[in-house]
Amino acid sequence: MVMTIVASMRLFPASIVDFLAAQSPTSIFSPSATPAHSIFDLSMLVLSITGGIFLVVYGLLIFVLIRYRHKPSSPQADHEPPQIYGSMQIELSWTVIPILIVVVLFLATARVIFSTESIPKPAKRIDVTVIGHQYWWEYRYPKLGVVTANELHIPVSSASDPLPTYLTMSSADTDHSFWVPRLAGKLDVIPNKVNVMWVDPQTTGLYLGQCAQYCGTQHAKMLLRVYVDTPDQFAAWVAQQKKPAADDTSVAAGKAVFEHNSCISCHTVSGTVATGRFGPDLTHLASRDTIASGAVKNTPENIRAFIDDPAAFKPGALMPAMHLNQHDLDLVTAYLTSLK
Amino acid sequence: MATQTTAVVDRTVHAPRGRVFDVVKEWLTTVDHKKIGLMYIGYALIFLLIAGVEALMMRIQLAVPNNHFVSPQTFNQLFTMHGTTMVFFAGMPILFGFGNYLVPLMIGARDMAFPRLNAFSFWISAFGGFLLYYSYFGGSGMYGAGSAPDVGWFAYAPLTARVFSPGHSTDYWTLSILVSGVGSIGTALNIVATILCMRCPGMKMNRLPLLAWLYLVTSGLVFVTISPLTAAQIMLMLDRYLGAHFFDTQAGGSAVLWMHFFWIFGHPEVYILVLPAFGFASEIIPVFSRKAIFGYPAMVAATVGIGFISLTVWAHHMFTVGLGAPGNAFFTFSTMVISVPTGIKVFNWLATLWGGKIHFEVPMLFSLGFLFQFVVAGLTGIMLSVSPFDWQLGSSYFVVAHFHYVLVGAIVFMIFAAFYYWYPKMTGRMLDKKLGQWHFWLFLIGFHVTFDLMHIPGLLGMPRRIYTYEADRGWAGLNMAVSIGGAIQGIATLIFVYNLVHSYFKGKEAGADPWDAWTLEWSTASPPPAYNFAETPTVESRRPLWDLKHPNDPDSKYEG
Repeated sequence: MVMTIVASMRLFPASIVDFLAAQSPTSIFSPSATPAHSIFDLSMLVLSITGGIFLVVYGLLIFVLIRYRHKPSSPQADHEPPQIYGSMQIELSWTVIPILIVVVLFLATARVIFSTESIPKPAKRIDVTVIGHQYWWEYRYPKLGVVTANELHIPVSSASDPLPTYLTMSSADTDHSFWVPRLAGKLDVIPNKVNVMWVDPQTTGLYLGQCAQYCGTQHAKMLLRVYVDTPDQFAAWVAQQKKPAADDTSVAAGKAVFEHNSCISCHTVSGTVATGRFGPDLTHLASRDTIASGAVKNTPENIRAFIDDPAAFKPGALMPAMHLNQHDLDLVTAYLTSLK
Repeated sequence: MATQTTAVVDRTVHAPRGRVFDVVKEWLTTVDHKKIGLMYIGYALIFLLIAGVEALMMRIQLAVPNNHFVSPQTFNQLFTMHGTTMVFFAGMPILFGFGNYLVPLMIGARDMAFPRLNAFSFWISAFGGFLLYYSYFGGSGMYGAGSAPDVGWFAYAPLTARVFSPGHSTDYWTLSILVSGVGSIGTALNIVATILCMRCPGMKMNRLPLLAWLYLVTSGLVFVTISPLTAAQIMLMLDRYLGAHFFDTQAGGSAVLWMHFFWIFGHPEVYILVLPAFGFASEIIPVFSRKAIFGYPAMVAATVGIGFISLTVWAHHMFTVGLGAPGNAFFTFSTMVISVPTGIKVFNWLATLWGGKIHFEVPMLFSLGFLFQFVVAGLTGIMLSVSPFDWQLGSSYFVVAHFHYVLVGAIVFMIFAAFYYWYPKMTGRMLDKKLGQWHFWLFLIGFHVTFDLMHIPGLLGMPRRIYTYEADRGWAGLNMAVSIGGAIQGIATLIFVYNLVHSYFKGKEAGADPWDAWTLEWSTASPPPAYNFAETPTVESRRPLWDLKHPNDPDSKYEG
């Protein structure tokens, strides 16, 4: 019943919504997964109701200001207008009508709340553990044996063969918030608390977002990138990520620099002595499009510059400037770019 | 029948100047509610300008993507200081200032109930403000950050823990709020005692001016909400220095606990700020419509209703925290319900205008701006109360636009209205009307350019509290426009400040009752003498001066 109302209440001009949907890769008016879709539908109902109230109240206000303005030329200009002190019937009418509107709106809202937050997990799903860090994202796929950072890969889901992804989220340090507007509303990522969000993206492609809870100095560049793959692409990606790190002998000198500096205290490269967990897993760093949590493109120049001084891209990032000499910088950059 | 006291000579206009030292001593040691009120207002205006400059600096930084006008550390300090200053050291003191000045005058009292407590409350609040800004010299923040607090005005745990915020900037923030909270409680206590115990003969509670009713409810909210805030600040200090773990998530503490403590303060705080603004509107709109307020009992009931319901809505700030479906549903409902009494107020103001003779004097212009803008603020509030919609809109620029619609579009507009309306009472001189009109129209344009457009980046996925943004997100043009609107508001505010100073010396003399108004403050001289009334007034209706001006048709014949 409520959904019929929702459907019939799309009074809010569709052209405005379409225009806003096209303005940004992160527009909430361009939903592409069930949670974002149901919010979108609900928001159209809400915008219609509030838009209606807006028109009525503004119409009355403007009418009153024109009709009842003081006219110095009128013969009664010097007289006070009739004094009216109130009316119980009128008070009741503008109490009861808003209450009815509130009830309708609440019922429509409650339906979406429960359908998003309280439905049982299907057996067929992808599980990802999301861990927020100052200022990057750690993604672990416990059933698939994959660990990665900053670029989340998930499979597309279809109506005939639904395959939702469940994101189980917590934080390693301060509060963060996971917000990819085209997939779902945001959900906070809080230390000592586990939150679960699900998404079932219906079209493949790259979905952008960013941390939406102030988490420290570099909150602004804690960006989110979600790659929605076809089932085949996803399977290939998982297979690639499960491989141990490339061990290219031509960059052995760079590997030695990496392993003999403090890089290994914070970063992991599987199959090496680097097992740190404070920073992003670098096992397949070269397979990613970006570094520094989406702040810059993944190019050898950017990797080199980031190692030299992370604050150049991300002031406040917790990785210290490594103070390597130019020779070592070149070597370690070569090693990291080999980690396909 | 109300008694009009004999006019006392206008002091500012004709009195000889005192020696500087005498004047300073008089103000430092005063316990007069009017002087304390003016000091509150002056102090708040200074902080309003400082926090306004902070806002403009943020707008310059955000005007274009990937800007380097300020560093991320500085930007984070700016939004923390802007929010904290505006709420605690501009908003609350300016409203307490007007309350201090007006409540005793409007209820026919000679002073506040506890004049010395009043002075103490002012000075301790003022100390809080100085403490906050002293952090620029005395504190230090997160690693690599400067000196002022940079944890945001709601200072979520565990960012405030010592591991994430070493140094003392967070402590300055904590202490300044704790200390000014003491002042707020003192003033609230004083206002409640004054309204309950100091009313002049004949002023029953159902004849109390609506402004006094709104201050009564606001003060009640201050009691209930400052306490958890103060408790939370003490717990935070215990965490930081004595090894407690209330909010220390690394030791099993709860980040969500801080949110509950903060928002059970933080949401009613919005009403603490907006109810006095409603009070101004409820005095000014009737006078310039030349009609009694429509539905006085309903207005009082709605005010009390808002006061109670506002204590049940705090977790709508936490819809994205993962409260679970039942929790989100409850707070969705309570938040929607508060729109009902708020709507009653809007409709009663509308009905007051209906059938009136509306005079577009400057105070009325600002009040009408308030009315239009508050409707929109309420409607975006309903959108945000729909918790799934809030999962998208929360913590985005849509929220920033929404609450600035309340804080600027409603509250600041009503504060300006109050200045234009009561400045003649406070100084004996009118504010210049031409400058006032320039101020109004420029500020109105600037406001709408800034805050209408600011909703849109939020719909397009722009989160708040980011010092810069990516160029490919489609937010750049809008942010530039928002910044330009901010500059227009800045210019308008400068005109206002110039008007305040200019009119103090050159303004037209006001006389006791320049607006042909109806409440008791207009029965005494402008500015009122010490102890306000030569003779204690007696009232027989809600509009004693109306009765005096219309002896054949007094209000007392109609009021139930």
